[in-house]
Amino acid sequence: MSTAMLTYIFVGLTFSLYIGIAIWSRARTTSEFYVAGKHVHPVLNGMATAADWMSAASFISMAGIIAFMGYDGSVYLMGWTGGYVLLALLLAPYLRKFGQFTVPDFVGDRYYSRLARLVAVLCLLIVSFTYVAGQMRGVGIVFSRFLEVDIELGVFIGMAVVFFYAVLGGMKGITYTQVAQYCVLIFAYMVPAIFIGLLLTGNPIPQLGLGAPLLDDGGLTVLQKLDTILVDLGFGAYTDGSKSTIDVFAITAALMIGTAGLPHVIVRFFTVPNVADARRSAGYALVFIAILYTTAPAVAAFARLNFVDTVHQTSYAETPDWFRNWEDTGLIAWQDKNGDGVIQYGAGDAVVGGTPVYDGDARGTHGERLLHNAPTASANEVYVDRDIMVLANPEIAQLPGWVIALVAAGGLAAALSTAAGLLLVISTSISHDLMKKTLFGQLSEKQELLSARVAAAVAIVIAGFFGIYPPAFVAQVVAFAFGLAAASLFPVLFMGIFVRRMNREGAIAGMLAGMGFTWLYIAYFKFWEPAANIPANWWLGISPEGIGFIGMFVNFAAAFIVMRFTAPPPEEVCQLVDNIRTPS
Amino acid sequence: MNKKSYDERTTRQRAFWRANVALLVKLLLVWFLVSFGAGIVFAEPLNAYNFLGFPLGFWFAQQGSIYVFVILIFVYARKVSQLEDIYRQGSKRDTTDDGEPS
Repeated sequence: MSTAMLTYIFVGLTFSLYIGIAIWSRARTTSEFYVAGKHVHPVLNGMATAADWMSAASFISMAGIIAFMGYDGSVYLMGWTGGYVLLALLLAPYLRKFGQFTVPDFVGDRYYSRLARLVAVLCLLIVSFTYVAGQMRGVGIVFSRFLEVDIELGVFIGMAVVFFYAVLGGMKGITYTQVAQYCVLIFAYMVPAIFIGLLLTGNPIPQLGLGAPLLDDGGLTVLQKLDTILVDLGFGAYTDGSKSTIDVFAITAALMIGTAGLPHVIVRFFTVPNVADARRSAGYALVFIAILYTTAPAVAAFARLNFVDTVHQTSYAETPDWFRNWEDTGLIAWQDKNGDGVIQYGAGDAVVGGTPVYDGDARGTHGERLLHNAPTASANEVYVDRDIMVLANPEIAQLPGWVIALVAAGGLAAALSTAAGLLLVISTSISHDLMKKTLFGQLSEKQELLSARVAAAVAIVIAGFFGIYPPAFVAQVVAFAFGLAAASLFPVLFMGIFVRRMNREGAIAGMLAGMGFTWLYIAYFKFWEPAANIPANWWLGISPEGIGFIGMFVNFAAAFIVMRFTAPPPEEVCQLVDNIRTPS
Repeated sequence: MNKKSYDERTTRQRAFWRANVALLVKLLLVWFLVSFGAGIVFAEPLNAYNFLGFPLGFWFAQQGSIYVFVILIFVYARKVSQLEDIYRQGSKRDTTDDGEPS
């Protein structure tokens, strides 16, 4: 059976499974729609959290980014896992004890203010929409490459499926679908990793294979070999970074703190029966996440090694099918600068402008797609999009068709599960926090449930729009969502629990200052003056990706200064704080 | 509720909170040391040592810190439950699952 056929079967089967679960577990009350009725088992919640958490960026892009960044890629590995420690220790149990439906619920009650709730809703919407945009683009990539449909059609299919189970099932439907999606995605991630690890090192555990000696290379380990060949090709050594220590520090911190402040993750801990379960559930979630996150660096190193091996000094005529398949989708390009018909790979941009602009379907003398870009001075002839490394990995390693089909289904599971979780918090905050608690006040259970469903539907359409007209590439966009969450939501939640004296005025000032500062810094370097986005211009040497860490301090500083000059919170609020600090 | 039992509850609650914060500080110190310490600031000198075929600093950054994170969360869940048992007000059935006094 052909790989395309197998892919249709795998994707079809998994999609029917998700829809089946959605019908079985549809939500009947707002409590079921918002927090799955608060009786999800902590282990299942851990799995659902892991699927919710691991997005298209984790599944598709992360290993590719690490493959090209080497040590510097560690920021994502530590950043996207270390945040769970903060979440489990500093936020989740207390917010669960508070016992409401949404993150703005806590902000609104703790800071006794509609305005604070509204600002929290605003932060939540900005963060969630930034993040969801990346997911839909991931769905589009998978569809266009593996099912050979247009990216637009792929996004529509993805939207339809998410629409079905998010609108119908609410949090309850999403939770059980995510459990299934976790199983699909982790299986899809591990199978090729184990295969490739075995082929290269003979070690079936990728986490150990990464440090193991290669089978065919006189005792050099994977990392030693990578260091050697990359340095030969003019790159830096794989195990050394090129980013400054302070930037690596700041990016890691921003990602960690942002993780702890992401509303769609926090809200998952509202679904378990009690506080002790919330704490344990965060541990299970991180176990399930760590399985993928400790495998990713192995996948990255194996992929880079195999990529260089297969591509460098190979004549175009002899390249394997995957090279030309990805060239057709525009994610690989080759420009024969020295006219020898052989591919030379090395450091430096292959084409002027960074990304290839194809000359329609025109082909060169060797059959390669022609580019409009002027060639650069560097000897590197290959442009390769980092997003394809995980998706192309099984093909590069010449694994059987069913593994490739599995990876496609896994990538879709990762993107859809995260998109659904995000869409749910968006719809919840609109129907519950905005419509019920702020605008109308008197919504019946039925009306609230209906407005939640309508909000979810509208959010899906907006997300789909972002998927068709994507802003930059997946992981980068997602990285900003973290900076914004780190600078706005994390500090306000943290202070709400740990600073008894923190008041309404301080919290609002903090959120606005943190969010404003971070947003301006990112917008300046990414949209207004992209040319100025070089380390020499960065404040304290911190890149836009890491600025959320400073944004957090801006938030804290603004909050504490304003707090000193304004009235303390009322007695009921102090009691609320005491109550969440009391053993349950 | 009379004044005396209210004060006692508050004292107990404060003592629990202090113990909890002390535990948090210890665990977060470990969290900081493995990731920002061994994985970032001291990664370069640590890379001189070999561990399981990895340069040690690189291992902490891409593997070790993640394992420690998992352990930290379970240690906290365990320890804080013990603290809660010590400082819980009255019997175990005193509160509902949502923390509202029953």
